[in-house]
Amino acid sequence: MFRLLTYREGKKMSKQQQHWEKTRMLLFITLAIWFVFSIGIFFFGAEMEASSIRPLGYPLSYYMTCQGSLGIFVILIFWFANRQEKIDEEFGYTEREDD
Amino acid sequence: MFKGKFIDNLPKIYGTYTGGFIVFIILMAIAEQAGMSAKLIGIFFVAFTVLIYALIGYLSRTMQTDAYYVAGRQVPTVFNGMATAADWMSGASFVAMAGGIYFKGYGYMALLVGWTGGYVLVASLLAPYLRKFGCYTVPDFIGTRYGGNMARLSAVIVLTVASFTYVTAQINATGTIASVALDIPFEIAVYVGLASILMCSMLGGMRAVTWTQVAQYIVLIIAYLLPVFWISNKMGAGVFPHLMLADEVARIAELEAQFGLGEVKNSAADLKQVPKGLSGITKAHAEVNTTPWKFISLAVCMMAGTASLPHVMMRYFTTPSVKAARRSVGWSLFFIFLLYSSAPMLATLSKLSLMDPNLATGIIGKSITEVQAIDWYQNWNQANLMFVSDFNGNGTLELNEFFMGGKAVVLATPEIAGLPYVISGLVAAGGMAAAMSTADGLVLAISNALSHDIYYKMINPRAETAKRLIVARVLLVLIGFAGATIAALEIQGILGSVIWAFDFAMSGLFFPLVLGVWWKRANAQGAVAGMLGGLIAGSAYLIAVRSGYPGFWGVTQLTFGIVGSLVSLVLMVVVSLMTKAPDAATQRMVDEVRIPSGKAILGKQH
Repeated sequence: MFRLLTYREGKKMSKQQQHWEKTRMLLFITLAIWFVFSIGIFFFGAEMEASSIRPLGYPLSYYMTCQGSLGIFVILIFWFANRQEKIDEEFGYTEREDD
Repeated sequence: MFKGKFIDNLPKIYGTYTGGFIVFIILMAIAEQAGMSAKLIGIFFVAFTVLIYALIGYLSRTMQTDAYYVAGRQVPTVFNGMATAADWMSGASFVAMAGGIYFKGYGYMALLVGWTGGYVLVASLLAPYLRKFGCYTVPDFIGTRYGGNMARLSAVIVLTVASFTYVTAQINATGTIASVALDIPFEIAVYVGLASILMCSMLGGMRAVTWTQVAQYIVLIIAYLLPVFWISNKMGAGVFPHLMLADEVARIAELEAQFGLGEVKNSAADLKQVPKGLSGITKAHAEVNTTPWKFISLAVCMMAGTASLPHVMMRYFTTPSVKAARRSVGWSLFFIFLLYSSAPMLATLSKLSLMDPNLATGIIGKSITEVQAIDWYQNWNQANLMFVSDFNGNGTLELNEFFMGGKAVVLATPEIAGLPYVISGLVAAGGMAAAMSTADGLVLAISNALSHDIYYKMINPRAETAKRLIVARVLLVLIGFAGATIAALEIQGILGSVIWAFDFAMSGLFFPLVLGVWWKRANAQGAVAGMLGGLIAGSAYLIAVRSGYPGFWGVTQLTFGIVGSLVSLVLMVVVSLMTKAPDAATQRMVDEVRIPSGKAILGKQH
C-alpha cells in the first residue's frame, strides 16, 4: 500500500523506471525528427520544388532527397547516441570497459 | 598469434592496404599506357582484389563459436561501421542505383531516403538492445525473449525467405561482373562468384566476413568516388561535385525542354525493336514526378525493412559494448552516405555527358551513323546494354531514340566520359566487392540461423563446438550452392528482388523485434501470429498483385510490406492481449535488456 502511494506521487520512481522514462522521451524526440525528414517533408514535394529556398542552388526537393535528409539522419544518430550516453551516465548505467 | 595485436593495429593494417591498392591502380594505369589490353586490365583488377579477400578470409579462420558467430565481439566502432556499410551496399546500390535515378529521377530517390532513414530506427529502437541481449543471431533474440521453439522457428522462416530472395540477386550480380571482367560465360561465372564468396566466409565465419567487408568497403568506395570526382573535374562542372552541380542540374532541365522530352512518344511497334531491359529517358531529371504517397510508401517500406533485415542487425552483435553498437550505427550510415550522396551526382554527370551538344561526349543531336561508329557504343551495344534506332528517319539521334540498360550508367559512364580504361576496371572491382560483401553477410545470416537456432538450439543442444561449427560450414556451402543455382536461372532482376527482400523482412520481423524490446506485454503466441501472419499476408498480396489484382491504398508489388506489417502488428497485439502475459522472469529479462550496463542476457558461450 505504501509503495503504491509513493508511486502515484511520481516522486519515488525507481532508478530504473526513471532511466527508462528518460530513454523513452529521447526516443520520441528522435523519432519525431526522423519522421519530419523521412516522411513529413515529402508530402510537400511539389511545394519544395517551387520554393525559392535553393540550397547550393539545387531545387529544394532534389536537394533533400540526395543530400539533405541523408545528412540529417547521420547527424541525428550521433546526437541520439550522445544523449543516450549522458542519460546512462546520469543513472550510473555506463558500461565498464571490460564488460 | 594474430589476434590481440591485430585489433590494436587495425588503422595501420588497413592504411597500408589502402595505400597498396592505390599503388596497384597506378601500376595498372602505367601498364595501360604501355599498351596492356583492356581485357587484361579487367582481369587483373577483379582477380587481384578477390584473391586479397580470400587471403583475409583464410587468415581469419577460427574454431571458436563466439569468433565464428560474432567475431569475438571485439570489432571497433568505426571498423564495424565500414563493415556494415559494405554488408549493406549491395550490387543494387553500387551498380543499379545511379541508373535508377538516371531514368526515374525524383520518384526513385525515395530509395535513397529509405535506405538511409532506416538506420535511425536501427539505432534508436533495436541495435543497442539486441547487443545487450548477447545473442548470436536474430532468431536467437526472438527465441529467448518470447520463449519456445515455435517463435524461434518462425523467425528463422522469415529470415530465410527475406535473405534468400536477397542473396540470389547478389550472386547474380557477382556472376554478371565476373563474366564481363574475366570473359567467361555467365553460367560458369556464377560459380566463380560463389567460390569467391565462400572463400571469404567459410573458414572464419563472422570474423572472416568482418575483416573482408572492411577491405571490400575500401575498394568499393574508391571505385565509386574516383570516377565521380574525375568526370566532374574533367567536364569543368566543379571540383567538389556534390556541392557544385546545381548549374548542371539546371542545364539538364534546359536540354530536356530543347530536345522535347515527353513530347514525342515512341510507338509500340518502335519500342518492340528495343532489346529487353533497356529504356530511354522519359522522366525529367530533377522535377517532382510522383505522388507524395508513392514516394513515402516506398521510403517507409525500405526504412522498416532496413530495421528488420537480419544480416544488418547481426553486424551490431560484434561490437565490444552497447555504447559501441549505438555509435557504430552512426558510422555505418556515414560510410553509406558517402556513396549514396554520390549516386545522384553520377547520374547527373552521366546524363549531361550524353546530352549536352556543347560537350565532346554528347551524342544526342548527332547523326545516327556517327554514333554507331563510336567505340564504346559498339562495345556496350554488343553487351546488350545500349541501343539506338532512327525511328523518325531523319538521320539524327533524338532523345527518344537512345536506349540504355540501368547497369550501364555506372559501368559505362567512365568510358563515355573519356576516362582511361583503368577506371572501368576499378569500377568492375568495386561492383564485385559490393555484391560479394552483401552476399557473404546474407549467406552467413541464413546458415547461422539454421546451424545455431535450428540445429543447436532445437535438434541437438548437446553438440560440441567442433560439430556445431562443421554443421555451420556445411550449411553455408549448401545455401551458397542453392543461391547460385537459382541465380544461374536469371528469374528476376537485381533491383526488384532486393526491394522484395525488404518487404518480406518488414512483413514478418519488424514488429516482433521492436515490440520485443518496447512492449513487455508481448508474448510468444502474439509474436508467432505476428511473424507468420505478416509473412503470409505480405506474400499473398504480392502474388495477388502479380496475377492482376489491382490492390488497394496504392500499395504495389514494391511496397507490399505495408500490408504485411500492418497485419503483423494487429495480430501480434490482439493475440498477445488475448493470451497470458509473459511470466515474471521474461519481464525481468526485458527490464534487464533496457539497461546498457551489466552482464548480457545470454552468456558468452551459448
